[in-house]
Amino acid sequence: MGVGIRVENLNAWYGPTHTLKDVSLHIPANRATALIGPSGCGKSTFVRCLNRMHETNPTARAEGTVMMGDLDIYKDAAPVEIRRRIGMVFQRPNPFPTMSIYDNVASGLKLNGFSKRRVLDEIVERSLKQAALWEEVKDDLKKKSGASLSGGQQQRLCIARALAVDPEVLLMDEPASALDPVSTSKIEDLIFQLKSQYTIVIVTHNMQQAARVAENTGFFLTGKLVEFAPTHKIFTMPSDKRTEDYITGRFG
Amino acid sequence: MDNPTQEIKPLVEPATAENAPLLIPKLVMSDVAHGSPDSPEPARSSEPSVVRKFLNEKSSGKLADGTFGALMLVCALSLFFIVGLIVYVLVMNSRPSLHAFGFKFFTHSVWDPVSGEFGALPFIWGTLVSSLVALVLAVPLALCTAIFLLEICPQPLRAPISFLTEFLAAIPSVVYGLWGVFVLVPFMRDTAGPFLEKTLGWTGLFVEPNFGVGMFTASVILAIMIFPVISSISRDVMRAVPVSQKEAVLALGATRWEMLRMGVLRNARIGIVGAVILGLGRALGETMAVTMVIGNHPDISKNLFAPGYTLASVIANEFTEATGDLYLSSLIEIGLALFLVTIVVNAIARLLVWAVTRGQSQRHA
Amino acid sequence: MSALPKRSPGSERALKLRRSFTNHVVTALSIGSTILVLAPLLLILGYLFYKGASSLNLDFFTKIPAPVGETGGGMANSIVGSAVVLVLASLIGIPVGIGAGVYLSEYGRGQTLGNVIRFTADVLNGVPSIVVGIAAYALVVVKQGHFSALAGGIALSIMMVPTITRTTEEMLATVPLAVREAAYGLGIPKWRTVLSVSLRTASPGIITGCMLAFARVAGETAPLLFTAFGNQFWSWDLRQPIAALPLQIYTYAVSPYDEWHRLAWAGALVLILLIMISVTLVRIFAGRGMLKGGN
Ligand SMILES: Nc1ncnc2c1ncn2[C@@H]1O[C@H](COP(=O)(O)OP(=O)(O)O)[C@@H](O)[C@H]1O
Ligand SMILES: [Mg+2]
Repeated sequence: MGVGIRVENLNAWYGPTHTLKDVSLHIPANRATALIGPSGCGKSTFVRCLNRMHETNPTARAEGTVMMGDLDIYKDAAPVEIRRRIGMVFQRPNPFPTMSIYDNVASGLKLNGFSKRRVLDEIVERSLKQAALWEEVKDDLKKKSGASLSGGQQQRLCIARALAVDPEVLLMDEPASALDPVSTSKIEDLIFQLKSQYTIVIVTHNMQQAARVAENTGFFLTGKLVEFAPTHKIFTMPSDKRTEDYITGRFG
Repeated sequence: MDNPTQEIKPLVEPATAENAPLLIPKLVMSDVAHGSPDSPEPARSSEPSVVRKFLNEKSSGKLADGTFGALMLVCALSLFFIVGLIVYVLVMNSRPSLHAFGFKFFTHSVWDPVSGEFGALPFIWGTLVSSLVALVLAVPLALCTAIFLLEICPQPLRAPISFLTEFLAAIPSVVYGLWGVFVLVPFMRDTAGPFLEKTLGWTGLFVEPNFGVGMFTASVILAIMIFPVISSISRDVMRAVPVSQKEAVLALGATRWEMLRMGVLRNARIGIVGAVILGLGRALGETMAVTMVIGNHPDISKNLFAPGYTLASVIANEFTEATGDLYLSSLIEIGLALFLVTIVVNAIARLLVWAVTRGQSQRHA
Repeated sequence: MSALPKRSPGSERALKLRRSFTNHVVTALSIGSTILVLAPLLLILGYLFYKGASSLNLDFFTKIPAPVGETGGGMANSIVGSAVVLVLASLIGIPVGIGAGVYLSEYGRGQTLGNVIRFTADVLNGVPSIVVGIAAYALVVVKQGHFSALAGGIALSIMMVPTITRTTEEMLATVPLAVREAAYGLGIPKWRTVLSVSLRTASPGIITGCMLAFARVAGETAPLLFTAFGNQFWSWDLRQPIAALPLQIYTYAVSPYDEWHRLAWAGALVLILLIMISVTLVRIFAGRGMLKGGN
């Protein structure tokens, strides 16, 4: 089950560039939260700070507090421990090219040292079913490589891979932006089903998508969180003029 | 708090008409009111799963990470260590000779182990002359071949020919030497030698007697051996010239040669010089093939038919039979000199080639 | 463009002629030189096959060298000796080379230390093999008191390291950042990511590099002259002198006996074939992506 995240005064830099400025918000547990904003406004940087992926970039730096439940992720734990609890799905599908479908899904467990065959088999099947991919791949789980699937299937494979470790939070950075409309709607359905069990943060470029899947939406602009509110409020009566401008398509 | 049942009227019209109906029903369906941003749900209703427990208990692996990183660093530093060790060993073991002869070692032209007289000049001479003659022979051919493969060669021939030229590089030195001893030496003695004597004998570079073994034969073998290095690297640097440069020249109505000269060669010249110097580095250190055909006699002569001796081949020939500390340490000092010269030559060449091809290998956006 | 100046009509025609003449001369020159270069290669290979094949027989692979004056004998001990020395060299050189390549690509990117080490690798690559032989002699042979297979293996491993380092680095550089991020995102520690994701993804190229380094040192003679030294008899002992194929070819080539010359050609053919086979295998494997697994 999911856990909520509280962010306080988060700042992030790439080298000297100040990319995120004093972002504070509460991400409720077992809900989908959407982040919208024009490209380059810091949405990816923000979600990458939530699981400490930001610091894998050698020039990057982050400051501030991120609480996951009672855990201060920047103080109380090592980055790998955080990333094991917070799953991530990237903008471009990135299955491990040399691994089979099975190994791709099991990788988060296997490469972390989990080796119980029977449990793995079960988890792989369950995760693929959750990601609505099982029917399409069950016959060549160990024969086909992850890279041989179509783009939409690859992205669902990446979701299955993220779900296999049973994360408490799932971060999705524009998970459907590289996909065709059919795959996109499959993934949206998926998010819809998953959000009762996981805390989901979804970055999206697409406002309809935010409206369809998320209870809460945050609007970012040039590194600042302009507004964070229930989705319908953002889309019907935003309290900030800039949000309204963005939603009506006046910029971005 | 917002009322979940409140009807939602879009404040703003969505961009297209068909988006509107999509937007509203799903919003109602998703029961938005529970997710007020100010009251994060206090988490977890059920027991963590097996997997979750396993992962939560797993250590951060900092120790393993640190150990692994340190191990990789040790491997990388071992390259330093190897080079350092080579220098150290060479310097320490050539001390007797350094003490005995000082810098005169490199200017003295007599090498006579029997009387304990050790001067390295004949070897320096032999090394320089054989390498330079090899360059004179190889560079034009290598550049022409590189141009041929890049600009002229029909597509289907390109792969096999470049494979063959690169295969030249894979043939071991000792096999070149074997071929040199039994094929090239008789050819030089009976066919090419007399011809060269007749046509170029007046220069004093090709004077009988010609036994087939000697500086010129060694240079020919060296030329064949360094050819692939020069050819393939200069091909790389010529390929690194942006197409726009070539097109700019072609657009002015230039012929192919003018395009090559102005569009390609001019832009790639630094890299080509690097490739040539890299070939020189190879030639300076080449041992077996040269040893087998150069005649191994410490003479300084302008005559290319005369036998010679190089830094590398005197080490190969005399190292195991060197009696006495001074003899051995003189040979090791020769090794040290060879090492330093090739290091300098290679460093210069690498810097030049890097300067040209660096822009190409950018990655990681 | 200053190189294409305007002229009067008459000299313009002359210029045009000269330009197209130069163009044809250059084209002819480059075709001619390619043929001129391919000729010795084909000559070498042709002669090698002709001489080698006629001297090759079963004895070559099963017998040790016959004493001077007797006919027959083979190079069985040299083939085995080469294998021993090469295995030893690979056991040392491949892990160290790959490790250094991993450091350069995954840890030292963009850092001064990384650049210096990369440069050191390039420089070491250019050190003459005979100098490496001297170093191994002074380090191992002098300490042990006699020539040995161990010293030969160490000398060859030093020659393998820089090549493998650079190939490993270059091949790792082709692994997309996204693939690494996928692993980090799952909380997989860096060491495991390097081993099971980056290296595994780059493995076809790295294997190619190792094979090429292997093929290159397989033919090396100079660094073995005063390390492995050679041996006319069977030997497995790493602490004793050991025979090696290139060494034996050299000894026989410079000897005065026809019978030994014959064996030298046979040995050279076997050596070339071994190298050719390994290089070709690598090309096939790397080309077909057979080592990639999965598809
Ligand atoms: N790896 C990076 N190095 C330097 N700057 C970066 C990097 N990634 C993103 N940025 C900069 O940070 C800002 C925010 O980027 P990002 O978080 O990717 O925006 P978004 O995901 O909203 O499009 C941009 O201005 C971008 O140029
Ligand atoms: Mg982004």
